[in-house]
Amino acid sequence: MVYVDTILTVDNLHINFYTNNRCNEAVRGVSFQLKKGRTLCLVGESGCGKSVTASSIMRLLPPLSRIEEGRIIYHSEQGDIHLHELAANGPEIRSIRGAEIAMIFQDPMTALNPVYTVGFQIREAFLYHTKMAKAAMQQKAIELLRSMRIPAPEQRVNEYIHQYSGGMRQRAMIAMAMSCNPKILIADEPTTALDVTVQAQIFDLMNDLQKKHNAAILLITHDMGVVAELAHDVVVMYMGVAVENGPVEEVLTKPAHPYTSALLKSIPVLGQSRSKKLEPIRGSTPDPYNRPQGCQFRPRCDFATEKCLQEPEACSVGENHTVKCWHWEKVLANA
Amino acid sequence: MDRLKMLEKEGLLKSRQGSRAVGKFLQNKLAVLGLMVFAVILLASVFAPLITKYDPAMIDLRSRLSPPSWQHLFGTDKLGRDVFARVLYGGRISILVGFGGALGAALVGVSLGTYAGYKGGWLDRILLRVSEIFMAFPQIILVLLLVSILGQSLWNLLVIFTITGWGSVYRMTRSQMLSIREEEYVQALKAFGLSDALIAYKHMLPNALGPIMVNLTLSTAMFILEETALSFLGLGVPLHIPTWGNILNAAQDLTILQEAWWIWVPVGIVISAFVLSINFIGDGLRDAVDPTQQG
Amino acid sequence: MHKNSEVLLKIRNAQTYFPVQKGLLKRTVGHVRAVDKVSLNVYWGETLGLVGESGCGKTTLGKSILQLVPVTGGEFIYNFDGEEKDLRKLSKEEMMQARKRLQIVFQDPYSSLNPSFTIFGSLQDPLKKFGVKSKEERKRIIGDLLEAVNLHRDYMYRYPHEFSGGQRQRIGIARALSLQPELVICDEAVSALDVSIQAQVLNLLLELKEKHQLTYIFISHDLSVVEYMSDRIAVMYLGKIVELAQAEDLFANALHPYTQALLSAIPVAEVGRKRKRIVLEGNVPSPVNPPPGCAFHPRCPYAMEVCKSRVPELKTYVLDGKEHQVACHLAADKVGAPAKSRQAEVDSNATN
Repeated sequence: MVYVDTILTVDNLHINFYTNNRCNEAVRGVSFQLKKGRTLCLVGESGCGKSVTASSIMRLLPPLSRIEEGRIIYHSEQGDIHLHELAANGPEIRSIRGAEIAMIFQDPMTALNPVYTVGFQIREAFLYHTKMAKAAMQQKAIELLRSMRIPAPEQRVNEYIHQYSGGMRQRAMIAMAMSCNPKILIADEPTTALDVTVQAQIFDLMNDLQKKHNAAILLITHDMGVVAELAHDVVVMYMGVAVENGPVEEVLTKPAHPYTSALLKSIPVLGQSRSKKLEPIRGSTPDPYNRPQGCQFRPRCDFATEKCLQEPEACSVGENHTVKCWHWEKVLANA
Repeated sequence: MDRLKMLEKEGLLKSRQGSRAVGKFLQNKLAVLGLMVFAVILLASVFAPLITKYDPAMIDLRSRLSPPSWQHLFGTDKLGRDVFARVLYGGRISILVGFGGALGAALVGVSLGTYAGYKGGWLDRILLRVSEIFMAFPQIILVLLLVSILGQSLWNLLVIFTITGWGSVYRMTRSQMLSIREEEYVQALKAFGLSDALIAYKHMLPNALGPIMVNLTLSTAMFILEETALSFLGLGVPLHIPTWGNILNAAQDLTILQEAWWIWVPVGIVISAFVLSINFIGDGLRDAVDPTQQG
Repeated sequence: MHKNSEVLLKIRNAQTYFPVQKGLLKRTVGHVRAVDKVSLNVYWGETLGLVGESGCGKTTLGKSILQLVPVTGGEFIYNFDGEEKDLRKLSKEEMMQARKRLQIVFQDPYSSLNPSFTIFGSLQDPLKKFGVKSKEERKRIIGDLLEAVNLHRDYMYRYPHEFSGGQRQRIGIARALSLQPELVICDEAVSALDVSIQAQVLNLLLELKEKHQLTYIFISHDLSVVEYMSDRIAVMYLGKIVELAQAEDLFANALHPYTQALLSAIPVAEVGRKRKRIVLEGNVPSPVNPPPGCAFHPRCPYAMEVCKSRVPELKTYVLDGKEHQVACHLAADKVGAPAKSRQAEVDSNATN
């Protein structure tokens, strides 16, 4: 099913890493559809492959890795573009990066160049993707910073990144990402390094931008709270597998995968105090080089049976809600 | 990549046993080559009596300046001494001076740097300035000074290398300690009230040793070259002891330089090969202990 | 046996300033007021939560209690089995003995264990120092500690890189418990862990507290975690405590505008609980040059004239029969006059 308003389709994506003379199947079967004007959250713990998935869309994977199978299709206005087939640093993908699909990172200090002014770096994006006079570019850069609610943008535009505070750096990076009105914004843990009050500011801003430009946002996070707050759709990942995929209300209230369900029970929820004791997930995430057979969650799962030695297929739970678990009906009944 | 994927599928690849650093070092071809050359020259010097029957100091005036032959592999010098034997025996002293100098400098630099880097404050600030003064001191003048006071000897050379070399080791150790000092396990040890010396030398120093070892190998090469240079000028080891530098010293004579190439070319090649091999090993070590490099 | 009402640690007017140095001569041009006149009590057997954003001084306060950073001023009066002594005035020898009672669990499971030593090698030196002379005895103690944090005894012969983040954090907890401390400061103890591991460690900390009758100061930026762990919670902003109350009360009736904003800004993993979010403008000001008056006034939606000039004191109010301390000029308007009785005692300590 491809919806009219679907802008990005990721289908059965597999990515392997070949570092240190080993082969690590970092992503092993991820599918989702990103829709216009909606936010999709990729949520999971460290090492689950969520960031790898995001950078593969931009074709920014490190050298010793590659897409093994699966498709990444960008449904542009000029027709479908098969991103997975493009050369990793070729002219096609470079004309898409920044202009059509933009990305923001966790740490603005490393993502922005410290020796150029913020304005210069924004202007560079215009220079590459548009044809504008220099004065117009400067004006546009100032406007962008203002729309990011950066105070005194006329002055800030000529400053360097180290002169900005943490929250402002993140906003400058969003300004750069939004400079060419991209259709898709990929945000890789954009607020993890920030304080909660500043995080709230950034989320507010992202919400406004989405409404204004009808952009699709792919948000990578490990925080279920952020998911509940921002997402329309959510993909839960565990050990490289997208175990559950669906609208946020469904997934958070009626989790059908044992991992999602256990994860929700193991995080403290504000305002509940100690009335509810946390139920931790037993064990720890397996070594990626020594994966369990079949379902990756099997060794830590309360529902595991013989059948789980086979890799589960995606089952449909409800409309747009799929889960990779043999026992999802039991999980739902148990909740 | 496909090969790796296949092997992984078949479960043939296991987590590398032993240290990752060793594995990476062995993958570096230049470093392994360096290690081989280094070992050959080192062993040949150590077991010199087994390899050559000549005494390096034995003067044979009947066969002066004879070119290389089966009798004398590298020929003989002005006094009829076998050059091959002199190169082998000379290696003993030269390598000893190089290692000794590097070790002496490291000993002083590390023991001061570890404590001062951990404690910081005025002690560190004073030592930092002192080390700068020593590093800025012209070595030749220091050598002349010591030679004129104490006379030429091997020990003088070691003392000089230690005095001029400890500064850079000190600075490196100190900067290592400064970053390790912020690690939380150091804070934890402090919270137990353990003594400063115990924390610095026992718990922190082992974590700083990697880069120090690399520095040690590289400065060995540097000191060997310096020994050669000083001996060539006649300021190093006394001339009657064979060292690589002293063999080269003979080449100061223009006629030897022009007509008796076998006296200085082989030893020159050995010096270059040895120093180069140490540098390769050092580079290999540096890459191997650097955790940010992948491969 | 101690009762909950007995004070274990009284902090009065604690100040920890870090000099800001500039230039070749290292001239001091100012001070970072990391902890600025903080007064609070820690009671026996309680868990006191300390929350705030980065740079608010919560970690420095924790380290100041342990005297791990040079403290500028104030008193840290510790109750040594009934005998009260100021930690800052102890002799070197006394302080060393006091360190047995005070311990800390760190944030980063990767830098908190020495990579060059086995777990036994890392943990044995403190034991040796405090009189466990025989190696066999040290092995037994460390084995027991590892078992207490749900790890196998034989793990003591392994190196840190062989453990996962959660396991390392348990070892860090085991180390903190090795000398049977009374007060354990948990400095962001679970912040670096994955969510599925966090709960394991939190529950372990709760269990150990019961078993060993520990008192915790639980420092974290994550309010949900602090709420789960703490009996009372202190909220810090720019080196000062702005609000301190029982955990339930703080969440039900936050009095300080900063606490309110903080609470509203936290994303909660519950659908349909889209509460009204108070989005604060601007950033946390620099602690080198804090704003005059109430440090929060430039960002406060309710700021009045008085807030710009006068620093509000931390005053105790009684709400539904429970004490609730807050430092805000507006608090009196909301809940009536501050309670005098207990306040007098805290104040007299705080002002002299």
